[in-house]
Amino acid sequence: MSLDDKIPNNVSLSSDKRLMRALETWQPDFISWWNDMGPAGFQEDQVYLRTAISVDPSGWAHYDYVKMPDYRWGIFLAPPEQDRTIGFGDHIGEAVWQDVPGELRNILRRIIVTQADTEPASVEQQRHLGKSAPSLYDLRNLFQVNVEEGRHLWAMVHLLHQFFGRDGREEAEQLLLRRSGNPDKPRILSTFNEDTSDWLSFFCFTMFTDRDGKYQLASLAESGFDPLSRATRFMLTEEAFHLFVGETGLDRVARRSAQLTKLDPNGDARAQGGVDLPTLQKYINFWFSSAVELFGGEISNNAADFFGTGLKGRYKEEKQAEHTALKDVYLMDVVEDGAVKKQEVALRNAINEVLRDEYVADCERAVRKWNRTLAAEGVTFELSLPDRKFNRSMGIYAGLAFDPAGRLITKEQLEARRGEWLPTAEDRAYVKSLMKPAVEPGACAHWISPPAKGVEGTPLEFEYVKGEGVDRVRRGVA
Amino acid sequence: MTATFTFETHPDRYRHWRLTFDGDVARLAMAVDEEGGLVPGYVLKLNSYDLGVDIELADALTRLRFEHPEVRACVVTSDNPKVFCAGANITMLGASTHAWKVNFCKFTNETRLSIEDASARSGLRFVAALNGTTAGGGYELALACDDIVLVDDGNSAVSLPEVPLLGVLPGTGGLTRVVDKRKVRRDRADVFCTVAEGIKGKRAVEWGLVDALAPRSRFDAAVAERAKRLAAASPAKGGPGVELEPLSPRVGEGSLEYTWVSARIDEKQRTATVTVRGPSGPQPRTGEQIQAAGSSQWSLRAFRELDDAILRLRFHHLSVGLLILKTEGDLEVVRESDEGLAASKDHWLANEILALQSRVLRRVETSAKSLFAVVEPGSCFAGVLLELALASDRVYMLADPARPVHVAVSSANAGAHPMSSGQSRLHSRFLADPSRATRLLQQRAPLDTEAADEAGLVTLAPDDLDWDDELRVAVEERVSLSPDALTGMEASLRFAGPESCDTKIFGRLSAWQNWIFQRPNAVGETGALSLYGKPTRPVFDTRRC
Repeated sequence: MSLDDKIPNNVSLSSDKRLMRALETWQPDFISWWNDMGPAGFQEDQVYLRTAISVDPSGWAHYDYVKMPDYRWGIFLAPPEQDRTIGFGDHIGEAVWQDVPGELRNILRRIIVTQADTEPASVEQQRHLGKSAPSLYDLRNLFQVNVEEGRHLWAMVHLLHQFFGRDGREEAEQLLLRRSGNPDKPRILSTFNEDTSDWLSFFCFTMFTDRDGKYQLASLAESGFDPLSRATRFMLTEEAFHLFVGETGLDRVARRSAQLTKLDPNGDARAQGGVDLPTLQKYINFWFSSAVELFGGEISNNAADFFGTGLKGRYKEEKQAEHTALKDVYLMDVVEDGAVKKQEVALRNAINEVLRDEYVADCERAVRKWNRTLAAEGVTFELSLPDRKFNRSMGIYAGLAFDPAGRLITKEQLEARRGEWLPTAEDRAYVKSLMKPAVEPGACAHWISPPAKGVEGTPLEFEYVKGEGVDRVRRGVA
Repeated sequence: MTATFTFETHPDRYRHWRLTFDGDVARLAMAVDEEGGLVPGYVLKLNSYDLGVDIELADALTRLRFEHPEVRACVVTSDNPKVFCAGANITMLGASTHAWKVNFCKFTNETRLSIEDASARSGLRFVAALNGTTAGGGYELALACDDIVLVDDGNSAVSLPEVPLLGVLPGTGGLTRVVDKRKVRRDRADVFCTVAEGIKGKRAVEWGLVDALAPRSRFDAAVAERAKRLAAASPAKGGPGVELEPLSPRVGEGSLEYTWVSARIDEKQRTATVTVRGPSGPQPRTGEQIQAAGSSQWSLRAFRELDDAILRLRFHHLSVGLLILKTEGDLEVVRESDEGLAASKDHWLANEILALQSRVLRRVETSAKSLFAVVEPGSCFAGVLLELALASDRVYMLADPARPVHVAVSSANAGAHPMSSGQSRLHSRFLADPSRATRLLQQRAPLDTEAADEAGLVTLAPDDLDWDDELRVAVEERVSLSPDALTGMEASLRFAGPESCDTKIFGRLSAWQNWIFQRPNAVGETGALSLYGKPTRPVFDTRRC
């Protein structure tokens, strides 16, 4: 098998000696990492997966059965745009860079490494979920997400190998050595070290954490460093599916919770073996508040630098009226003398907050959708998003206490009500207790509604995963 | 900056450090109170420090030596789970006057040198336990320690990001210590000092930037083990410790009044007359007597007072450019104090007192103030107090047969109080003819003005008729000269002879760092320091000079 077949790509891999040299050593390490840290127990199973074999609309969504270690992780950049210029910052209007400007190499490397580190991290976080999958459909979706996170790692590693010399190769190695949740070699960002070992957490993760990824990728897609822009633009096409998994997953949980709430004489979904809506709300509170941290400090020198140098723009920069971000200010909530006040912050220093705004609005849209589902099922409970100031451990709200509505409260008040707002150990244990696998074709676990339709026109009874691994789960010996 | 803060503190009042003890190992953990800045206008995030944080550190280091002689190793670490120390607070530096920056850097340098001094003179070893990000002044603090352990979590790095991020230099000896003390190869040092994110993991060890790595799960154990090993290799010192009593000077309008030290400050004339009174009565002669005399004994208390007075003059009286140094008392009693310490120098407390006197003398000498010693009737410039005269830029001694004045040497002048260069002041004074120092040290009888002049100790010896006028003119002339030029001139003339790590650090701080701190590329409208944290990026004047 030629290298181009093994690693589908549109970066002329087989004629690029430097890249080949780097990948020759990295590729076996990656496979060995995947075998060690990828989905546990399913590596030999046949999984009905989408593989990108080219960037054409017809080529990037190719469905077939494949064993995950044989998945063809490819390197794809979105097609180049003719005469693209830098769209923001101090270099606005200049031609985009095809090579890394020397003075930006270190900060650009840090941006790429931070993004790249999240990809293998989430695979590690999710590696044991397969054993408690609520359906074959969900199991397959989990694996789809996993292999695509693997491909996103490839995309970022390609940039490190291609443009960052020895430092880049070392960083690429490190990406395979850090381990989610390992206190000695933790992943860089703390959310990516959180326990994600139940499916409710997985849906929250793909809904909230992966959605941060979407906004990060979108702002990197604006980058003046063209290879990064092209790599992230293609990653965004795949990311959409991950968000779909999260958003519809939570919608299905909400629907089932509503049905069980109605069914129970006391309106207690737990008594009916489901996730009660207050617990669902607590999971949303936890995961949303953890994900909003990923946008970085509210007032940030790094963000101003990244924007000023043209490395990282705003979401859909072309829709902004003004592209230097030097003229405007951002009105930010700050705490002063024990009260929340609005403070003017130079827009460039508030770039993280601008991106967070987009993210919060998107999450609110999803919550409205879930509430329509709840209303349709006839319950009056409404889910909501906590305020972004709630439960923060980084940035300007860290160390202060806010309730989910964003009101400043005392630390004692927060502690007194923590169990109402965030999952308790008991809640987590309860949710874990629900995680019994349901992996017969067409079956679905009791605590979640079946999906609306199958993958890519397949019926819900479709055998999305087959082999020893899934058999073991069925026999209860996983 | 306000003149309300003082340099005296106590572990009970620390806001930024936690000092704990476990047998012969102490733990000094940085836990900076974000809202605890010395002056308003900045938040001390990520264990960044200002003068207030460093005053506590300096206090802790002194108390460790006097109050806890049983401690043979000290772990310097942080109670912030992710950050060891982010260095000096940049917002504070950006908002500070030039004078404040310079004074701040000088003080923090002296604090770091006192770490090395504690190791060299008291056998108190320091382990820097870098449990997270270690940047700028944070790494420079580590560099002052004997042993550096960095957590190996794939993320935490040591760095000196001043050049790439701020357009200034590391201000507490980082550059010098990297190549001179840790002997990092110069090209690697060049790379290290231009990579803002720093160097982590194996490479940090390979390059000699740190001594060892330890994973997070074994970090505390690895640090404890290294501290124990260092402690075990250091000789026990005895005790018990001596609690340092508060100095509590009376601060009046233009005056500072301590037990043994007075300062009269003339803001209009821009001078301060600092008088150190000599001891009286019998002085301790043996280790036991020194131990029994505790922290109120003259040799310790007078020099702590002088130290405090010098710091107040530096920070609160910027325009006072000339210190007129005087003494009052009995030459012989000063010598008795010196000889008691010298004879007991193997006693831990005598050793600590001698080391403290040395540090205070160096603090006097590195002050950006002109120093004139005035030797008058009733003065007692003998031994350790003669060092004050030798540290001065000029010595005026009255020549009046009716009122004879004397100075005298003691063992304190024979190398007990090395200058920053490591040389004694007498040695450095007589570079042209080292035998003069030797001859003088053999001269046990006090020297009158003529003999002192002959021996080369006196700059000018006016007679009683000229005395007042000569002094007046000398003072008026001195304060009329450019303060900047004087600072540079004095620093260049005071330290003749060889260089040491210490002299290089101060020399480069005063020359390079303070120059860069003034330049448009740092503090101009588009300078890197001015624009740090602001939305616009720096633009440099590219002409090199």
